[in-house]
Amino acid sequence: MVQYLIKRLLTMAMTLVIISVLVFIIIKLPPGDYLTTYIEELKAQGENVDQSRIDFLRKRYGLDLPGWQQYLNWATGLLRGDLGWSFEYDQPVSQVVGETLFLTIILKLATVLFIYAVAFPIGVYSATHQYSWSDHGLTFLGFLGIAVPNFLFALALLYAANVWFGTSIGGLMEPRYIDQPWSWGKTLSVLEHLWAPVLVIGITGTAGMIRRLRANLLDELQKQYVTTARAKGLSERRLLLRYPMRVALNPFIADVGSLLPQLVSGAVIVSVVMSLPTSGPLLLSALQSQDTYLAGSFLMFLATLTVVGMFISDVALALLDPRIRLE
Amino acid sequence: MQDKVAVSSSDRLPHFVSDAPFEPGKPAPMSAALEQYYTASSFKMMWWRFSRHKIAVVSGALLLAAYIAILFVEMIAPYALDRRNTDFIYAPPQGIHLFHDGSLVGPFVYPLTYRLDMETLKREYTPDTSKPQPIRMLCLGDKYDFWGLIPGSFHLLCPPKDGTMFLFGTDRLGRDMASRLIYGARISLTIGLVGITVSFILGITIGGIAGFFGGWVDNVIQRVIEILRSLPELPLWLALSAALPANWSPILIYFGITVILGLLEWPGLARAVRSKLLSLRQEDYAVASRLMGAKPPHIIGRHLLPNFMSHLIASATLAIPAMILGETALSFLGLGLRAPVTSWGVLLSEAQNIEAIALYPWLLIPMIPVIMTTLAFNFLGDGLRDAADPYN
Repeated sequence: MVQYLIKRLLTMAMTLVIISVLVFIIIKLPPGDYLTTYIEELKAQGENVDQSRIDFLRKRYGLDLPGWQQYLNWATGLLRGDLGWSFEYDQPVSQVVGETLFLTIILKLATVLFIYAVAFPIGVYSATHQYSWSDHGLTFLGFLGIAVPNFLFALALLYAANVWFGTSIGGLMEPRYIDQPWSWGKTLSVLEHLWAPVLVIGITGTAGMIRRLRANLLDELQKQYVTTARAKGLSERRLLLRYPMRVALNPFIADVGSLLPQLVSGAVIVSVVMSLPTSGPLLLSALQSQDTYLAGSFLMFLATLTVVGMFISDVALALLDPRIRLE
Repeated sequence: MQDKVAVSSSDRLPHFVSDAPFEPGKPAPMSAALEQYYTASSFKMMWWRFSRHKIAVVSGALLLAAYIAILFVEMIAPYALDRRNTDFIYAPPQGIHLFHDGSLVGPFVYPLTYRLDMETLKREYTPDTSKPQPIRMLCLGDKYDFWGLIPGSFHLLCPPKDGTMFLFGTDRLGRDMASRLIYGARISLTIGLVGITVSFILGITIGGIAGFFGGWVDNVIQRVIEILRSLPELPLWLALSAALPANWSPILIYFGITVILGLLEWPGLARAVRSKLLSLRQEDYAVASRLMGAKPPHIIGRHLLPNFMSHLIASATLAIPAMILGETALSFLGLGLRAPVTSWGVLLSEAQNIEAIALYPWLLIPMIPVIMTTLAFNFLGDGLRDAADPYN
């Protein structure tokens, strides 16, 4: 087990290094850099461009260095916990992002918990009542959940809340708490606002999870040991919970790996639509204005969240399922 | 034989004796249906299995109709794409009616009268129910260039003479939403196909190499796939499409976006190809082919690919909706296709803020085709996947 952990940790570190290179290349892909965009903007406004100031800024931001050196500066900074400098805001990235990283993590955790809490009972119910009306209904809802893109769902929800209740469900807290230090009232306000984005982001994952849990449980329920146990007179409840359920639970842990990237994708666009103070809107504007380090550190943060989540799910799976070989 | 033996005593009961030759070694004859079943080609068996999945068949037919329809977009849309009805900005949808004053008139619309509410500055349209205006069919209307080449003005449906027909309302420039929706289908529906082709080629090639050669090649490719799969798609799509030069022509942007969508979609396919190849290359016929000196591309292409092509097509069908949704999401955020090009995502980007939606809810109508297409592809893919392995 220790050997497996070490090996898994090493691969995780390697993966993160490769991802950081990829992220940096992708961000550097657009022609020019932040300053060229900035100069264009100044020119468009009819202002004078002070070449010496531009040169000074270029030197200060390290944009005159070759690409690989810029990458090394950024990557070693990341290791020290220094996220770099945001050109757009002229502040350290860590200042700009502030609590958005924390709120992003909260949102993600809440969504995963929501998916588990909803998918589990529904999946078990559909499997034990296969081909009943309720099963068909839930299956259809599941397909709908997969087919409706979550940003459209967010729009529809915003519209419904506006028309029927006359309230706005956007945002993640009441406006008066924005940029305020954390307090009891702020925490409560966040909790009150959390349900809508969690529902929107989690719906696709929930639908997928229900389908998989149902399929797995149905496979297990047909096996002979279940028949044997039933023939021996075990109660249906005990029969279900004792063995087939344990096997069918695997996707709950194993799928975190594929669930997390999906959640991150969903969260980015949903947070733009619902104006949540999470990573989405900032990332979008940073990408558009070529704010290299802000965008890069954000992408890196999202990727790290995913990779660490996958690591945890792999280790948990190895601990819980003795059939998984550790080599 | 037996019946040729002379009957000697008359008290024997009469009984039936078959005179067919007695051949216990011969297999029992099959009924016509059974014979058809056993001699059916694998394609035919797949079709039988597929046709049992009624929803999948209906979805397939709908999609087929939609894809045929996008060939004739210019004729189906009642208005031309860039036609601005400046007198009807943000007009609500006009319903099609059949009966006026209790008598059948045929399909007609009531004309809209426009009034600006001077207090709220809100545009108000009220249907004038005294004058039904019949819709014209198979008629000449707005001029267009069919596929950008052949000029024409023939439409299936036209607005009434001196009247309007906005089935789904109009947008902020007074353009007919229904027509724009129909034009948008051409872009939105094809982007999935082009994208899947890109990822299909990548997936088969890379997965094929990994599965066939194995060893360290396989290891490296596996790691790359793992890394790509652990990356959140949408932020990467965003980053990549932000990298598309702003001065590209719409057509180039279109292809750029499809390639970006395809680039991140192939790992799933490559994985399926690899695992199938790994099991198939142990089969006797593959070994025999190799021993006879066939080259890897020949073995993969001639013997292995046909064996799991049906699986691949099924999983590709399931991947298309992801691409359509990807394009919609990118365009919605303003990083995908841009204004002169009309796709469902571009149309939806007008419905971005809650104020617009609350006042003009019909701007959300492009959601319906997006959801229907995604659902249809999901059902079709489901049916295809079940049918892909007819021997199961």
